[in-house]
Amino acid sequence: MAHSARRDSPELPDLSLLKRLVRDQLIYLLEQQHEVDKLYKVEYKPISSISDQLCFLIRPRIPTVKWICGKLCECRRLPAAFLLPAQFYACEAVLEEQGIFGDVTTDEWAFYLLPLDDDIISLELPEFFRDNFLAGDQRWVRTAGSALHLLHSLFGPFSKVYGIGRCSKMTYESWREQVEEGDQKPRLAEIGNVFLIDRDVDFVTPLCSQVVYEGLVDDIFRIKCGCVEFGTDVTSSEKSIKVMLNSKDKVFNEIRNEHFSNVFGFLSQKARNLQIAYDKRQGMDIKQMKAFVSEELKGLKQEHRLLTLHISASESIMKKKTKQDFQELLKTEHCLLEGFEIRECVSFIEEHINRQVSMIESLRLLCLLSVTENGLLPKDFRSLKAQYLQSYGADHLLTFSNLKQLGLLVEQQPGETLTVMESKVGKLVNDRTAGKLTDAFSSLAKKSNFRALSRKLNLVPKSDEEYDLRVPRDMAYIFSGAYVPLSCKLIEQVLERDGWTGLEEVTRLINGHEFAVTADFKPKSDAQRIILVMFLGGCTFSEISALRFLGKEKGYKFIVVTTAITNSSRLLEALLDNHV
Amino acid sequence: MQAFTIRPPPESVPQVSRGSRPAGLSSLRTDRPKSWCPVDLSSTSWTTRPALLWYDLGQVSRGTRVPHLSDPVLMCLQYPPGLSPQAGSIVSMSVSFSYKYLALFTDTGHLWTGLSSLQERLSEVDTKRTARPKQMLWCRRPRAQQPSVVLMWDRLLLVVGACNDTIQFPLEDESVLVAELDGVRIIGPSSQELLQEVPVVCQDIFKIASMAPGALLLEAHREYEKSSQKADEYLREIKEQNVLGDAVRQCVEAAAHEYDPDTQKALMRAASFGKCFLTEFSAEEFVTTCRELRVLNAVRERGVGMPLTHTQFKQMTLQVLIDRLVYRQLYPLAMEICRYLKIPDYQGVSRVLKHWASCKVQQKDLTDEAIARAVCAKVGDSPGVSYSDVAAKAYECGRTELAIKLLDFEARSGEQVPLLLKMKRSQLALSKAVESGDTDLVYTVVTYLKNEMNRGDFFMTLRNQPVALSLYRQFCKLQEPQTLKDLYNQDDDHQELGNFYVTASYREKRLEGRLSQLQGAVDEYNKAKNDFAAKATEDEMRLLRFQRKLDDEKGAGLLGLSLQATMEALMSLGLHKQAEQLYRDFRVPDKRFWWLKLKSLAEKEQWEELEKFSKSKKSPIGYLAFVEVCMKNNNRYEAKKYVSKVTPEQRVKAHLAVGDLEGAADAAIERRNEAEMAAVLSRCAASDRLVVDKLNRARASGAKK
Repeated sequence: MAHSARRDSPELPDLSLLKRLVRDQLIYLLEQQHEVDKLYKVEYKPISSISDQLCFLIRPRIPTVKWICGKLCECRRLPAAFLLPAQFYACEAVLEEQGIFGDVTTDEWAFYLLPLDDDIISLELPEFFRDNFLAGDQRWVRTAGSALHLLHSLFGPFSKVYGIGRCSKMTYESWREQVEEGDQKPRLAEIGNVFLIDRDVDFVTPLCSQVVYEGLVDDIFRIKCGCVEFGTDVTSSEKSIKVMLNSKDKVFNEIRNEHFSNVFGFLSQKARNLQIAYDKRQGMDIKQMKAFVSEELKGLKQEHRLLTLHISASESIMKKKTKQDFQELLKTEHCLLEGFEIRECVSFIEEHINRQVSMIESLRLLCLLSVTENGLLPKDFRSLKAQYLQSYGADHLLTFSNLKQLGLLVEQQPGETLTVMESKVGKLVNDRTAGKLTDAFSSLAKKSNFRALSRKLNLVPKSDEEYDLRVPRDMAYIFSGAYVPLSCKLIEQVLERDGWTGLEEVTRLINGHEFAVTADFKPKSDAQRIILVMFLGGCTFSEISALRFLGKEKGYKFIVVTTAITNSSRLLEALLDNHV
Repeated sequence: MQAFTIRPPPESVPQVSRGSRPAGLSSLRTDRPKSWCPVDLSSTSWTTRPALLWYDLGQVSRGTRVPHLSDPVLMCLQYPPGLSPQAGSIVSMSVSFSYKYLALFTDTGHLWTGLSSLQERLSEVDTKRTARPKQMLWCRRPRAQQPSVVLMWDRLLLVVGACNDTIQFPLEDESVLVAELDGVRIIGPSSQELLQEVPVVCQDIFKIASMAPGALLLEAHREYEKSSQKADEYLREIKEQNVLGDAVRQCVEAAAHEYDPDTQKALMRAASFGKCFLTEFSAEEFVTTCRELRVLNAVRERGVGMPLTHTQFKQMTLQVLIDRLVYRQLYPLAMEICRYLKIPDYQGVSRVLKHWASCKVQQKDLTDEAIARAVCAKVGDSPGVSYSDVAAKAYECGRTELAIKLLDFEARSGEQVPLLLKMKRSQLALSKAVESGDTDLVYTVVTYLKNEMNRGDFFMTLRNQPVALSLYRQFCKLQEPQTLKDLYNQDDDHQELGNFYVTASYREKRLEGRLSQLQGAVDEYNKAKNDFAAKATEDEMRLLRFQRKLDDEKGAGLLGLSLQATMEALMSLGLHKQAEQLYRDFRVPDKRFWWLKLKSLAEKEQWEELEKFSKSKKSPIGYLAFVEVCMKNNNRYEAKKYVSKVTPEQRVKAHLAVGDLEGAADAAIERRNEAEMAAVLSRCAASDRLVVDKLNRARASGAKK
């Protein structure tokens, strides 16, 4: 990294503890409790095990349970034991309905957190976003609360908790409840502060194209559980390979947070260094050679392999991105963020739809337009939607209905009557009733107020200044210097101000539910600068990169907990409702 | 045998111990045994299982208890060792409280005592009484010095010790004997007494002219009270023997065994007095004994009437004592004891309070309001007392209103739900479940309501609980689509109903079914005043009909495709006329249609058609698109045809697209556009000297100007 890091950043706590904990528990459950001798992956196909007792380890999803019921009745192998990471009454109801409730035993495996890296923990709950924000199903809130509780008991006690968003508030309350039920042994805190944030506070950031290396790899190859599968076009061989992407990969660790334009330069520099290291072999005597082979060669070989991989991955990215007029696309996004040349953007999007470049991409641009512009003009709203339906099928009518409900794709309200009313009410009363009232308003028309937020928080840097991406000035570098992600900016501001004071206008625009709670003890100063950020509904790799940058600048260390890693495609795919 | 005394314990209530009957004893013998008793033979090699002994005439048989009838009965006959032949046959037997010792009484009046394993004899005494005793019991205490047997005839109590000595006590009334841990209780019609071996420590202290350290200390203290200097003498004597510690301990221990509070006090004061002269002496035992004595004295009170000995109290533990007090509903005393002995709330006060509250709610003469207030005032928020448990009790007693009032005090809303459901307060249960934030709980209530209520009421209930409603909707979406429809109908949610029909249409295999579902959707959308969705759905229906027609006519396989895909398919089949019909009917934007046709023609390499098409009217998508599409299909020749038609702004790009650097350079120079010139330059290779020169000259002259 080119930018200077503050040297006094505290050390991160050891998250691998979580992994060990979960693993031991699972082994105990499988081996001791259920005497499982062989493991198979649950796939929607015939069961290949010949054992007469089956044990399924599944997520509590109704379709999965239904499928297993069908399978069990078909092959008449009962009883079976279910292990669910959390038991749900609904799943039991399904078992009951299928008439096999009495024959199966269900068990719970308290799996909450999977550390993907030194500073990323995932709940691996991609359905959280849709269930919670679209369907209003709050079943996962308790799970999130339990996850927070687990972290609290392992690395806490937390001294400060900030949060914004309804779900954050509920998660916080669920966690507090669990704290009060159990008893906390006094221990030295390793994590001091917690920041909870709802995904629907900031939809703009995940809708933007990612241009930081890790984000790009996710956008294009899709990283699953910290693991990516590079296809044949990258490996330039018959087979595709799976690679773990985390800080253990030395090459990746150095480029993951870099803007893509720097990656090639870095990789070629790295290649040169590698060559030099290899070249040391020349002119070595036997003894030196021996030492070289035993000490360095393996590392070099490994690095070589990784380097080749990332270079070909980057090439593949380049190919894909130039083909789709990536530059044009980025320009449009930047214009939308700036609120500049909107008409051109609309016609770009129209052409994008007409030419059927990509169903998800078109939808993404539509949503970005709506969110940044506070809704589409009625004329555009109709025509763009109609064209979209013509291009990608009329079933997307349901998708539009979902997007409208979430406030991602809406029509501009004639006049600003609602905002005026809201602000009046907000000024009149400032207690819980006001909160309920704003809730009611927001369900009428979810407004993003992006433009106003952008001005207040200075999210879009002035475009006339040159932005040197090799020496990032602020978090905007993750979007080529065009936009500071709102979510990360909020975190920065709250940490700086030690609360929400001075941000009242901002929280009003976001539609509130902010809170800040301080415990009455003073933890050691190092833990105070380790901040757990919990994204409810998912976060992107770009946001993680931005937080890492912020941490380096201010001497913080961030640990990101997310319900799942998301990106624009995953976000929108979760909201599709077409029949395919 | 002076060691035995009868002490009348304070006024007391008779205690009756429950006897147990033997489990099915299947025997090889068919006649009934004369007497039997269970013994503990675990210390012998014979069996580790509990055993029974029975006798018949002169011999004793033993066998193990039989858990199942099919088990073989282990049995053998044995004569008690050392029982003299002239002793006669056994008429009565008795086993000690610990099952270790056995006593046999023969018809000649001989009493044989020994181990119950029948391996050793302790003694054999001739009682000189041939009548069978009414009762025969062991009188022992743990670590007893003088194990003895108590026999009772009508008005006579005979104590027979292992030392062959006997004592006789006349009885005034007809009584019953009960063996206890450390003695025998004699229960008469109006009083009860305890016969027990005097503990060694009490003997030591109270024996006449005893020189035991404890006795001396007691004496010393007495003298001290009298302000006599003899106190010093006694004390010195103890100190000289270096047994002051033992003296204190003896006094404390003896006090524990005493019944009379004054004696207890005297002993404890003596101990306390002696303690002063000791430097390193732990006061713990002293303090505990003090506390325990207070508790024991309290329960021995007339009003309570539990004549417990200290040994019994230690054996049964404080926990059990409190339980007994609770069962006797002596709540204030139980709580006083808990507080006095500083028992943690969970095991102590809270437990008592819980029982108290459960009992309180059953008081018929008080109003619900009064009881609820009383319970709340007493229980407050003591940890470990669950209001829902108390409420459950109230409900059991048929006081539903009281139960609800009590539930209101419950802090954890999750705890309230199951009971509320049981009481059929489902509405309240639902709102409490929602409040708890536990979705599983909400689900439980919803499922319960679904089965309990009629549909209309059920939906109305859900309507007031958005959280429950959305949970139920999620469930219905996957499990019961039809219910979902009813839900929307109830709410007049036409928008969602429309969406529901659209979703349903995709499940229909046949076109007619699909169309009718879609028509339903159109109607709902219209009601919801969502004319966009209504129109889009109508278009979809129209498209489906069109596709069906063409499929029937030409076998095109279009059904279900999007409009765009349909037009594409039509064009690739060469059905341009039909494609154009769609273009007009569905008001497809010109741009879309032009793009489509352009791509389709180029892909099929119908270059002539393409050229004709390009001239049909002015292209709404410009001509650069033509150039690019041709190039994409690898036809540079055709592509070049369109370069000239491209607007000046895009001409450089067009030239570059077909790889015509010279043309691009000319165009750029003509437009005097610095950026475009630079773009062309960047594409030039070393071989393109001429072009590079030309551009550089142009830029130079441009710069001059």
